[in-house]
Amino acid sequence: MSDRRTISVTINGEAYEREVETRLTLADFIRHEVLLTGTHVGCEHGVCGACTILLNGRTARSCLMLAVQANGQEIMTVEGIAPNDTELHPLQQAFQDNHGLQCGFCTPGMLTTLIEFLGDNPDPTEREVREAISGNLCRCTGYQGIVAAALDAAKRLKGKETAGA
Amino acid sequence: MKPPPFTYHDPRSVEDAVALLAEKDNAKLLAGGQSLMPMLNMRFVLPDDVIDINLIDGLADIRDDGDALVFGGMTRQRDIEYSDLVAQRCPLMKEAILNVGHRQTRNRGTYGGSMSHLDPSAELPSVSMAQDAVVTVQKKGGIRDIAMADFPMGYMMPSFELDEMVTSIRVPLWPEGHGYSFVEFARRHGDFAITSSAVLLDVEAGGRIKRASITVGGVGPSPLRVTAVEEGLTGEIGSVELFTEIAEKCREIDAMEDVYAPAWYRQHLASVLTRRALGKAFSRAANGTEMTLR
Repeated sequence: MSDRRTISVTINGEAYEREVETRLTLADFIRHEVLLTGTHVGCEHGVCGACTILLNGRTARSCLMLAVQANGQEIMTVEGIAPNDTELHPLQQAFQDNHGLQCGFCTPGMLTTLIEFLGDNPDPTEREVREAISGNLCRCTGYQGIVAAALDAAKRLKGKETAGA
Repeated sequence: MKPPPFTYHDPRSVEDAVALLAEKDNAKLLAGGQSLMPMLNMRFVLPDDVIDINLIDGLADIRDDGDALVFGGMTRQRDIEYSDLVAQRCPLMKEAILNVGHRQTRNRGTYGGSMSHLDPSAELPSVSMAQDAVVTVQKKGGIRDIAMADFPMGYMMPSFELDEMVTSIRVPLWPEGHGYSFVEFARRHGDFAITSSAVLLDVEAGGRIKRASITVGGVGPSPLRVTAVEEGLTGEIGSVELFTEIAEKCREIDAMEDVYAPAWYRQHLASVLTRRALGKAFSRAANGTEMTLR
């Protein structure tokens, strides 16, 4: 008999209640139960960073958490980054403009990682950006476009702040 | 690749957690999960019971105890990274923590978890060894302290029993103005280091070394204090020549060998990294002098 629990998790502002097996990883919960397949699963042991989500505003690898551990918590996935269906977040726009993605497999993890990083460090150096994404593997871009996108996004986000102030 | 079936428990107190540990034969504690979860996903461990200690209150504080900092076992690595107390009073730990995995893993990973997993090149056990930390473990009906010198029993094997859990780590502090340095060599930033060196120096006026603590990680089965280097430094005046010569003693350490690096390479790294760390630590000490060692 499997060990099951009912959990309630807020994902991108929407509450989801499901009964799950306690051994289910959070990554599989998001993809298979909630059917938000933007969060990608690469290595399933915490190396590739593709499954990175924001848990209460802090990045975490969703393959290294159990779904039951997210009970009562707030999660943001890549689907929650854009402000609406027609507009991109400045970081996403910077990725598009700077060739920050090719196949797109690592992109959800890159974006969530950089959302937190640019919040912690709004004016990063190139070296700091490279260090920030050192836990995210990309096999297409050679990282140059991603680094350029992150630095560009930092500028755009700062401009937005000034304009909004 | 999925975790094997187990029964999940989420106790709300240390007492409940250790009662479960005492009762269950094949149980694992789940702290930050940055080592246990991969092992579960790959089915390297097959526990019947997983005891999640994330919902226990009061296990994640960093407390100033005057001559020591006391960390709750569930203190997240991120909270160490961003702690002003750690940066001011225990700068070696601050420097080391930036080498622990990545932001995503530091957000979850814990001090107690890192100590219990005891990877030979993990940074927090090395810093704990360098600072002569004391680990407090609790089991049903008993609490005891384990000095860091007695904490590792072997490769990834801490000396506490299966029914005990790490509840706090007491890290004695060095005097204000002490020199410190943590350097490591890894293939990529955030990877497990092949070798690391942690150095603490208490330097008196005139550059005379009153006390030295030298720890190398990734060379032996657990972090090692290099007493031969410590003794060779004590009472001496720090200089490029002294540090260059004394760091060579690291080549005599009995080093492990694996697919990543042969023993001689680890001994070589231990000597080079210790030399650099000594130079950096001495430069940072209030009574030291600026020097660069390559």
